[in-house]
Amino acid sequence: MKKLLLGFLVLVASMFAASWVVAAADLEVNTPAISSIKASMQARHNQLGAYYASGAIGLTKDALIAVKDANAVPLAQRGALTNLVKEENADRANLYKEIAAANGHPEWQADIQATFASRWIDKAQSGWWVQGAGGWVKK
Amino acid sequence: MKNWIVGLAFACVLPACVTINIYFPAAAAEKAADKIIDEVWQLKQGQDGGTSKPAAQ
Repeated sequence: MKKLLLGFLVLVASMFAASWVVAAADLEVNTPAISSIKASMQARHNQLGAYYASGAIGLTKDALIAVKDANAVPLAQRGALTNLVKEENADRANLYKEIAAANGHPEWQADIQATFASRWIDKAQSGWWVQGAGGWVKK
Repeated sequence: MKNWIVGLAFACVLPACVTINIYFPAAAAEKAADKIIDEVWQLKQGQDGGTSKPAAQ
């Protein structure tokens, strides 16, 4: 009986240890694919920065970006802006997919995207527009 | 008696395996997101250095 109890305790302890190890582990984000997406987004941000500040674009609640106020941009630049937004969103979708894949769990993509959504908005500079539950809000 | 122990062990271990496999590490994901966002927006090296310089003409 004592042996049984001891065995049970060891079992429970090992279960806790296992879940602790998983919880403490970092996500893998250093693959070549993720690095190249990051570099591309970093370069594009030099162009997007002014558009965030003017309110032409904003951060959406699904971790992408969108044109919020095309009138904030001269007509001649609107086509270029639309393209930038499209490329940025393609990179972002790819980034979430690659992180999930790099960690061996493609099904995590939606969770990762949701995590990013709140982190992008949290880290946005004041004056930028972000999408809340009720629509666009200025930070 | 032995069978009972083995049964108990399986009953405990099997759900644990399933739980660990489908568990989404939210804290680790947040940490990874923060790291990537800091890099993309260049937040760590000189607050608004990268964002305010170019005045997209």
